[in-house]
Amino acid sequence: MKRFFATSAVAVASLVATAAIAGPTLDQVKKRGQLVCGSNPGLAGFGLPDDKGAWTGYDVDFCRAMAATIFNDPTKVRFVPLTAKDRFTALQSGEIDVLSRNTTWTQSREVGQGFEFGPVTYYDGQGFMVRKKLNVSSALELTGASVCVQQGTTTELNLADFFRTHDMKYESVVFATSDEAIKAYDTGRCDAFTTDMSQLYAERTKLGNPEDHVVLPEVISKEPLGPAVRQGDDQWFNIVKWTHYAMLIAEELNVTSKNVDDKLKDPNPEIKRLLGTEGNFGEGLGLTQDWAYRIIKAVGNYGEVFDRNLGDGSKLKIKRGINALWTAKGLQYAPPIR
Amino acid sequence: MTAATREAPRPKIWNDPFWRGLILQAALTIAVVALVWFAASNAVENMHKRGIPTDFSFWNKPASFDINQTLIPYSATSPNSQVFWVGLVNTLLVAGLGIVFSTFIGFAVGAARLSTNWLVARLATIYVEGIRNVPLLLQIIFWYNVVLGSLPNPRNAAPLLDLVFLANRGLFVPAPVFKPGFGAVWIALAVGVAGALAFRRWAARRQRETGAQAPVGWTMAALVVGPPLLVFFAEGMPLGWDIPKLKGFNFAGGQRLSPEFVALLLALTLYTAAFIAEIVRSGIRAVNKGQSEAAAALGLRAGPTRKLVIMPQAMRVIIPPLINQYLNLTKNSTLAVAIGYPDLFNVFAGTTLNNTGAAVQIIFMTMAFYLAVSLVTSAVMNAYNSRMSLKER
Repeated sequence: MKRFFATSAVAVASLVATAAIAGPTLDQVKKRGQLVCGSNPGLAGFGLPDDKGAWTGYDVDFCRAMAATIFNDPTKVRFVPLTAKDRFTALQSGEIDVLSRNTTWTQSREVGQGFEFGPVTYYDGQGFMVRKKLNVSSALELTGASVCVQQGTTTELNLADFFRTHDMKYESVVFATSDEAIKAYDTGRCDAFTTDMSQLYAERTKLGNPEDHVVLPEVISKEPLGPAVRQGDDQWFNIVKWTHYAMLIAEELNVTSKNVDDKLKDPNPEIKRLLGTEGNFGEGLGLTQDWAYRIIKAVGNYGEVFDRNLGDGSKLKIKRGINALWTAKGLQYAPPIR
Repeated sequence: MTAATREAPRPKIWNDPFWRGLILQAALTIAVVALVWFAASNAVENMHKRGIPTDFSFWNKPASFDINQTLIPYSATSPNSQVFWVGLVNTLLVAGLGIVFSTFIGFAVGAARLSTNWLVARLATIYVEGIRNVPLLLQIIFWYNVVLGSLPNPRNAAPLLDLVFLANRGLFVPAPVFKPGFGAVWIALAVGVAGALAFRRWAARRQRETGAQAPVGWTMAALVVGPPLLVFFAEGMPLGWDIPKLKGFNFAGGQRLSPEFVALLLALTLYTAAFIAEIVRSGIRAVNKGQSEAAAALGLRAGPTRKLVIMPQAMRVIIPPLINQYLNLTKNSTLAVAIGYPDLFNVFAGTTLNNTGAAVQIIFMTMAFYLAVSLVTSAVMNAYNSRMSLKER
């Protein structure tokens, strides 16, 4: 129902609005004094309000980093929880400034629906979770299984591809929200639950007894997750890109939220350019000279953010894997600041 | 009054009620058309600006997702158009069966509320008041999560004679397998039905002309059942049963009714039946008591009184609100989205819309479908109503 209203809202909005949203998003955000960020309504590790209503998570921290670099205050951000089906409508209609909600970058979303995807903040892939007592050790043994999946995701499409490729029969049981899907799996409506690997680990913590469930080894798709913005505002798109890159470069140079003040005196020219003690690289972005310093001071470098929300510092204990820096045989790589 | 009747002066055009009405209506029509045109062209322009598709090219593109209940051929490689038809058939299935079952239950409960048996009447009252005062969405969730969700998994399913299995994956029943030669049985059935109808006409005419009654019910039953049964045995029983068997995770073979379908059908049927029961009760109570007293005075027994005197008059009161209930049931079937039953609204206006981004086109098509179904339903029922209505002779 919720999606229906959202869709109607877009229909009505496009009926009455006389001009598409134009003009630099940065000016609007500054005037508003607040960044509006589309977030997951509840996914441990990525976007989840805690018991005091404060948002936490990996995608949430990305928006806090943007708020920090714009306002020098990571709290100047309002989070709008969105379901998978509503998220693009919210971005299209201008309800949010940036969508940071474990969203997969695909060709049709970028070309067909008018979005621009920032750098990949998390390289993910789709997997399956089953009950241990089924004694299944591979996704290829899932012939005839019922699989719970969330509607309107790339996951739903990959699922169909996987079983078609391997010529296996199955039943897809589709729910509008992730919560409904995981609940149906928990009550036994499905043999398997499928979504992105990172999300599988996160959802497993919500189950009655997490130890009874096992994530199968197969990764059946590429899921590059990253923030998305509307096409047509290059300045805003650059800020999104360089927010991520600043955090990556900081990790590469071993600059953390704890030692960043000491590093201001560091003679290393790369660090000087990052922290704005040499040159003014923030100006071109429409930001201040200490734009990257603000990010690192407020939320930390990429490694810190990962560790705090997903890695050893969190309940999920996800390994860095391909999300390690390129220097550690991972895929995370940032262009240099110069 | 000296002068003869003077011709009334022609009023000014803006004082002439005829012209004034015409001009105002024309202006209103133009304004409405202009408003619609402005809104539509504005929407198309804005959608273009934002890169949202405005054409119907999505219709033939592959859907790339699976649906777990398809009565017509469908696979992930089928085009989006096939999603529309699959969803449409699923909607019609649950709405059609819901209308049939809720009518039977509604008439039974409505009659039961008027029963002279204290217990039967009270039970019917409890049913009606209990069901119709709880929101439908809540009832759907109740059947799906509480009742069907607590069933055992297939490996521990409750068997009934090892033929029917009830599990949290649905209800599994044996499916008939028609072997060659079964076609003759269908033909025999058609002949039997035709014969039964012909007999009823003949018996009715004979009764009108001579007053002699024939055992119509029994003869018709024999004519419908007899010939197919004879042919069935003569052909050597060309019918097998595909019995569901546990295979891997789930039952294979047989016919499966998914829990989503069962929950939705149950909730829609029971909910609408409560309203139909009240309509039936009001219809029967609307027939003057003198009618049944007159029938009794003529020597008619209770059964024929109900069939020939009460119901024909009650139906005139029952049918118009009954149409509303049928329309409500059809429209309420969109609540399927809450439990993931793949009806039109869920798969087409849900998944396809999300995958293609063609929101405006898809929402309009879906609305047009529900509008068409509702209009056809009320046209059929109105035709039936005019047949049943009072004939002045």
